[in-house]
Amino acid sequence: MRIMLSHGDGGSLTHELVAQVFRPVFGDELLEEQGDAAVVPSPSGHLAISTDSFVVQPLEFPGGDIGTLAVAGTVNDLAVSGAVPEYLSVAFVLEEGLEMALLRRIAASLARTAAAAGVRVVAGDTKVVERGKGDGIYVTTTGVGRVPEPGRLGFHRIQPGDHVVVSGGLAEHAVAVLCERAGIRFDPPLRSDCRPLNRMIQDLLAQFRGVRFLRDPTRGGVATTLKEVTLGTGLDIQIEEGRLPVRPEVGGALELLGMEPWYLANEGKVLIVVAPEEAGDVTAFLREYPGQELAAEIGRVSAGHGDLWLKTPYGGRRSLGMLSGAPLPRIC
Amino acid sequence: MTTVNLLAYRDPELFARLLRRIIPALEEQVQKLGRRVRIMEVCGTHTVSFSRTGVRQVLADFVELISGPGCPVCVTDQSDIDHMIAYAKRPGTVVATFGDMMQVPGSAASLRRQRAEGADVRVVYSPSQAVDLALENPQKQVVLLGVGFETTAPGVALSLKRAARDGVRNYFVYSVHKLTPPALKALVEDPDHRLDGFLLPGHVSAIIGRRGWTLLELLNQPAVIGGFEPLDLVVSVYRLVQEMKRPVRLVVNNYGRVVREDGNPAAQRLLEETFEAAPARWRGFGMLPQSGLEISETYRAFDARVALPVDRPVTKAVRGCRCGEVVKGKETPLQCRLFGTACTPERPLGPCMVSDEGTCSIYYQYERSHHRDRREEPHEDYALARGWRQPDA
Repeated sequence: MRIMLSHGDGGSLTHELVAQVFRPVFGDELLEEQGDAAVVPSPSGHLAISTDSFVVQPLEFPGGDIGTLAVAGTVNDLAVSGAVPEYLSVAFVLEEGLEMALLRRIAASLARTAAAAGVRVVAGDTKVVERGKGDGIYVTTTGVGRVPEPGRLGFHRIQPGDHVVVSGGLAEHAVAVLCERAGIRFDPPLRSDCRPLNRMIQDLLAQFRGVRFLRDPTRGGVATTLKEVTLGTGLDIQIEEGRLPVRPEVGGALELLGMEPWYLANEGKVLIVVAPEEAGDVTAFLREYPGQELAAEIGRVSAGHGDLWLKTPYGGRRSLGMLSGAPLPRIC
Repeated sequence: MTTVNLLAYRDPELFARLLRRIIPALEEQVQKLGRRVRIMEVCGTHTVSFSRTGVRQVLADFVELISGPGCPVCVTDQSDIDHMIAYAKRPGTVVATFGDMMQVPGSAASLRRQRAEGADVRVVYSPSQAVDLALENPQKQVVLLGVGFETTAPGVALSLKRAARDGVRNYFVYSVHKLTPPALKALVEDPDHRLDGFLLPGHVSAIIGRRGWTLLELLNQPAVIGGFEPLDLVVSVYRLVQEMKRPVRLVVNNYGRVVREDGNPAAQRLLEETFEAAPARWRGFGMLPQSGLEISETYRAFDARVALPVDRPVTKAVRGCRCGEVVKGKETPLQCRLFGTACTPERPLGPCMVSDEGTCSIYYQYERSHHRDRREEPHEDYALARGWRQPDA
């Protein structure tokens, strides 16, 4: 079975698609109501809203697929903003001719990932475009979460002397996707780190008052994210090349590709700026979580001019800018 | 074939130990000269390695590194660039090029702009892909822009041989290939010559061999062929400084795991069959004798200049662009008024800002903040701070 244009026309085939593919996997009572909008109880206080579109190629890659990515991406954006993600809406743009079996797999993995993260999929939409006008599946997810402590995290909280911690090995998502795309096979395959981090981040925030800032280093990698911090605060950050955690197999692949891990995307890692006295405990805490075994302190914040520095193992240091000139398209 | 553990050339501890041993020799030379040692790294990949590993900064108290004419796109004369862009406007023509030519600004447009306006410009990763293009588009003329040094030319030579063997009549090469040694000779013979020695490009040397640099020995220039890992860099600098102290200098091969005395004879034979050395115009240098590769008589049917001439385009220089001085090592990018302001990798005005091997692009990426850092903060003595050197009594 393949997707046809009439699966997106709002008529009987659309209903069939929803009934046979989406409803069985999502199965939320709010979805079952089939209203034009999900009506949900509102928590008092502040809400965080985040939206993201996913166009990754290939649709399935070792360690995940566009479905896991669509949940992890939006949920993690909410979580690093200090929000507790509650609801998700999902919009699919499907290309005519798409294998129904592939769509089922991706819908199922999206639903599974959302359930694991404790987030309800309460609204959805499906459109179909002509063959050649899309690339299999595009997904857009929008997430809503409540913010227990608005203003707790942010650039304004970062101070000279703070430490920078990363929750695990770098570049795993980018390398998994790039190798899959380039047809470079490793045995065992290099897996994407793609996963929702909201539960870990909630625990982290509950336990450590010294956490000042969080961000998920996705496109542009750790370097681009930290450069945003230095530009946003006017402070300097120096990270140490020798402390940056990279799995050996990922390092080997990067050597082949001629790329630097600090510029490559992660989809299941968080960067943490934390008060110095809590940095060691935060690192040890993170290492207990699956996929975060390589969590490490990687650098420090100091007074400066908004520069990001990389200290090399040879005694020198060099400045890092934002990723530019080496585009890695369609990675998320 | 022996395998080499490349990681050994990156061992930080070994690096630190070597550096401790080497620093007295560097210091001695600095004292003798009354200034830092001036070394030209000819190859753009060396420029990147020095910046990327931080070795540039580690040696900064002793060595001034000056980037040389090591980026093929950068040394290509503006008139050649305009000529190549003119092929993109020629009806029925497919231009095949390596990626870094796309953004190089011509006098009026770039290949990227031409493509946006409808020209058929394709990025290829190897010359044989350009021959494939010719086979796939028999009704069109495919012109490969042959930009590169001794390292790139053998691949183009193979494509010419394949086209001749298979009778491909619509494949052409616009050759602006260049030979490295004549450019270094020109630098040495410049009356303003103020370099103490050359770090020679590892990849070019793999083709031409240590013997390919005889010219520098005749000129008694200190020169070392070096690799690109941190240990390669620091040991090459050391051996170069040692060579400076000798009355008669030999070209030292410090990259023996890749470079042979005679280079790569198979590649050299290919070049001899398909090309002949000819005078060539270089950006910044002007005309240099026997410094370019012209397609030989046998393969002339594939020479775009001969078989597919285009009208000579109007060439004008970009006002204020210092690329010509930068490729000769006369100025650093930091001295150019356009650098980082009007001219950036996103909107390059000169070729040195385009290519990944271009000095301006490398300095933009790695050296801008250092420059400011050095101005605003007291200079940290790295060797002293790390205990590699004892403080003066």
